[in-house]
Amino acid sequence: MTSQPTAGGTPPALEVRGLVRHFPGPGRSTVRAVDGVSLTVGRGEVVGLVGESGSGKSTVGQCVVRLDEPTGGTVRIGGVDVTRLSRRRLRPLRKDFHLVYQDPSASLDPRMSVARIVAEPLVLHRLARGDALRSRVAELLEQVGLRPELAERRPHELSGGQRQRVSIARALAVDPLLLVADEPTSALDVSVQASVLNLLADLQRDRGFGCLFITHDLAAVEFLADRIAVMYLGEIVEQAPAAELFTAPKHPYTQALLSAVPVPDPAVQRARGGSPAEGRGRIVLHGDLPSPVFPRTSTGQAVGYCRFHTRCPLAVERCRTEAPEHRTLPGGRQVACHLVEDDGTAPDAARPRPRTLEPQAPAQSADSTTDVDRKP
Amino acid sequence: MSTDAVHSGTARGPAGPGGPEDIPGTAPGRRRPGLLRRLRRNRLAFTGAVIAALFVLAALAAPLISPYDPARADFGSALAPPGWSHWLGTDDLGRDQLSRVIHGARASMQVGVLAVALAFLAGVPLGLIAGYYERFADPLVSRITDTLLAFPFLVLAVGLAAVLGPSLLNATVAIGVSLVPQVIRVTRAETLRLKHLDYVGAAVASGGGDGVVLVRHILPNAASALLVQATVGVPTAIIGEALLSFLGLGVQPPDPSLGVMLSSAQPYIAAAPWTAVFPGLAIVVATLAFNLFGDGLRDVLDPRGATR
Amino acid sequence: MNDTAGSTAVLRVRDLSVSFRGEEGGDGDVHAVDGLSFDVAPGEVLAVVGESGCGKSVTSLAVMGLLPPTARVGGSVALRGRELAGADEKELRSVRGREMSMVFQEPMTSLNPVLTVGRQIGEVLRRHQGLGRREARQRSAELLETVGIPDPGRRVDEYPHQLSGGMRQRVMLAVAVACDPAVLIADEPTTALDVTVQAGVLDVLGALRERLGTAIVLITHDLGVVAHTADRVLVMYAGRAVEHAPVEDLFATPRHPYTRGLLDAVPRPGGRAAALAEGRRPRLREIPGLVPGLETQPDRCTFAPRCAHADGLCTSRRPLLQAPAGPVGERPDAPHTAACWHPLDVTGAPAEATEEAAP
Repeated sequence: MTSQPTAGGTPPALEVRGLVRHFPGPGRSTVRAVDGVSLTVGRGEVVGLVGESGSGKSTVGQCVVRLDEPTGGTVRIGGVDVTRLSRRRLRPLRKDFHLVYQDPSASLDPRMSVARIVAEPLVLHRLARGDALRSRVAELLEQVGLRPELAERRPHELSGGQRQRVSIARALAVDPLLLVADEPTSALDVSVQASVLNLLADLQRDRGFGCLFITHDLAAVEFLADRIAVMYLGEIVEQAPAAELFTAPKHPYTQALLSAVPVPDPAVQRARGGSPAEGRGRIVLHGDLPSPVFPRTSTGQAVGYCRFHTRCPLAVERCRTEAPEHRTLPGGRQVACHLVEDDGTAPDAARPRPRTLEPQAPAQSADSTTDVDRKP
Repeated sequence: MSTDAVHSGTARGPAGPGGPEDIPGTAPGRRRPGLLRRLRRNRLAFTGAVIAALFVLAALAAPLISPYDPARADFGSALAPPGWSHWLGTDDLGRDQLSRVIHGARASMQVGVLAVALAFLAGVPLGLIAGYYERFADPLVSRITDTLLAFPFLVLAVGLAAVLGPSLLNATVAIGVSLVPQVIRVTRAETLRLKHLDYVGAAVASGGGDGVVLVRHILPNAASALLVQATVGVPTAIIGEALLSFLGLGVQPPDPSLGVMLSSAQPYIAAAPWTAVFPGLAIVVATLAFNLFGDGLRDVLDPRGATR
Repeated sequence: MNDTAGSTAVLRVRDLSVSFRGEEGGDGDVHAVDGLSFDVAPGEVLAVVGESGCGKSVTSLAVMGLLPPTARVGGSVALRGRELAGADEKELRSVRGREMSMVFQEPMTSLNPVLTVGRQIGEVLRRHQGLGRREARQRSAELLETVGIPDPGRRVDEYPHQLSGGMRQRVMLAVAVACDPAVLIADEPTTALDVTVQAGVLDVLGALRERLGTAIVLITHDLGVVAHTADRVLVMYAGRAVEHAPVEDLFATPRHPYTRGLLDAVPRPGGRAAALAEGRRPRLREIPGLVPGLETQPDRCTFAPRCAHADGLCTSRRPLLQAPAGPVGERPDAPHTAACWHPLDVTGAPAEATEEAAP
């Protein structure tokens, strides 16, 4: 489905096909946390997986590193299908992939020293011991910009940024093919975020691992990612090279998401607040992200509508009765929306046509009054 | 209330910066004050710790510090009230009460420590397994624990000791087994909490098997909760020993034990109240001291308690 | 709304300082806020920006009089000329919720789970405005509509858990503005929300100030939110104000190196593409070093150890907020001030310290 070329026939770092993760929900319902996600991370490529809370992006990450058990679909890492391997059989393969968590204070064992934390994967995979281990750990700490004297410290004696560097050093200790970074900068302060993003960018370029960068922070993903996949309610709605996605988002949700991010520039903000005629205005979506809880009877079946139709300013009748296909547009971009033409012509969510779906109207008017009021 | 509590109101959401290092006063690279210093700040717990330590010392040094042989009868001074020659008086056989309390404390501590050790040897592995293999092992282990917990601790201990027959060893085993369900419960709860933490996930992702995860990551981090449990297990065992000995199921006369002393003081309780008061007081003080110490430890070791 | 001169300010904070007793055997007192002054006029949004631990949340709690008794608060907090610093709890209670109210980051923990949202809004109305039960419910529904909650007649009888995060934060806003307060303090009001939801809540804030003329103090770490919502910005670092300016001036020509550093640390849209097109490695600017501890109130610039332009003057004398030499910003009524001996000029280069700049 994706068009990501893989050089010389070597399998990509990560290939996810039709990944499904369902949980039993309250009563007779199913939480469709991940519902048919397919994506590829080439070797040395950074793919951003973007979504809001509840979109299922973190569950994808957990399934990829097999800390969660997928309900369906396949996960291949470096061409090896790891979806159904037992924990024991999987263990030796774990040196090909690792992860960095969001909260560096929770992801480091408080009772271990920095050196032991970084050494652990090397010890467990029996990659080094004795002096070789010590020098490898020292080298890793240096690569992530930590002074050698920090090696004997415990996590609580470090700052948040330093802890995240330890976490990165541990993940890269075994030289993995694939790094899954789940919101690695979200728990950090702005100035610290910058240094961690720089570090990840540098390491990625120098060592060439593939990276699945999971985040809700669009600014961070634009800085780091080559390609971006946008998730909404358990599905990927759009996938495109980063630059293309930011300059010309096709899916109405992507358009709304990009327009909603407050840009740290008052001039840009004022322009956005202006009328749609002055360029792409801000798209205010109505309501919050719906919950991914579905009646249990529908487990296993595809959902018969577009998941975004409840909030989409452009939704038409077809969106409520038919799930959009994941189509590959000319140029290799992918999108799942009825309103995007086959030639890639996309609608503009900032300029909705007169709506035909009247039942949605009250909700909209309530919100849009506040929108109108803002304007002087 | 320290500044931590004030700052907990700052950004901590999905996008919020946070982390303890950002709290004023706890700049990175600074250790928290030592365990002992934090314990000293809690006056009750510190008092408990000091008394418990004295109790342990007295038990260890019993033969050195007791003024008389606890078994030597002296009918000439039977039931003597507390005085200069016998600080705590004497019992019906004229044995020195102070010496018997000290040696009784020794027996209590022996039983207490051994029983707790036994309970931990059995309970910790079971608790770890039950918590970690939630789907397979937990139903079985928890069913057994719940059944045992349905009996009050003392009833269970007395029942087991009665079945095993009266002896100090059997009393220890009975008390130890009766403590097991509580140890399982605490260990299991800690394991359930810890196994979902990110650093345990990271250990699995680093190639760690179940053994590595349990022994290297879960057990050390559960250690503080288990230490607290051990500290409050000792006084429970002391009471158990006293009761079993009182009922004749534990320490056998003429060996001194706080329970035995209480039991043999029964007929003289009106005429010579000191024969019952001092061993009883020793039990109460020791139990209270260990419990206060345990509570204090809980506060000091609990990271959430640190923000008090 | 544009006039920030002292006479029209509804909230005036002067030389506010907050310190906490250090732990026994610790490193002494913690000076969370050190000599902070600002004004807010009706209908104006003042953003207080800084990283965690800079004292911005303590500031908001100090203004509301919500700090624990262990905190020592100095300076003056005047609401419509009435002094609140040192006021007793009874007086503060009559002010809170009526003349000045607050919204917190976590709407779930701020709402009572066992009461309907109508009851919770109504409670404020009945206490401060003496409305009857029915009137209060009616007014609650109107308030829900004001904060953009669809179908307010139905929502008013729902419980907090039936609402989504964004809805709950709107309810909190409705509670906060129920008595038409003169000042609203919003402490990271959108930090726990998703971007598409955040946009709506920020719009409500904007609408409230337009419609009700509320003065808003917006505490945040998010420079995007600041650019979107604020009129003026106060940047805090390690408990002190380092820069204070109208929002356009601040973003266009930050004068304090710390502000400059913060702005450069945020990835800009198109920044990577531009860098790659020029054949550069895309890089974000980092601020080296760590935020200092707050145990001392040194007589020097607290940012100096991390500042590329620091010299002997910076490490020996504390700079105060003052207007740097050079062209005045777009708004002569709202001066652009920075606490820096070598404020950056419009080109971003540090200035020579002049004698008259030194106090």
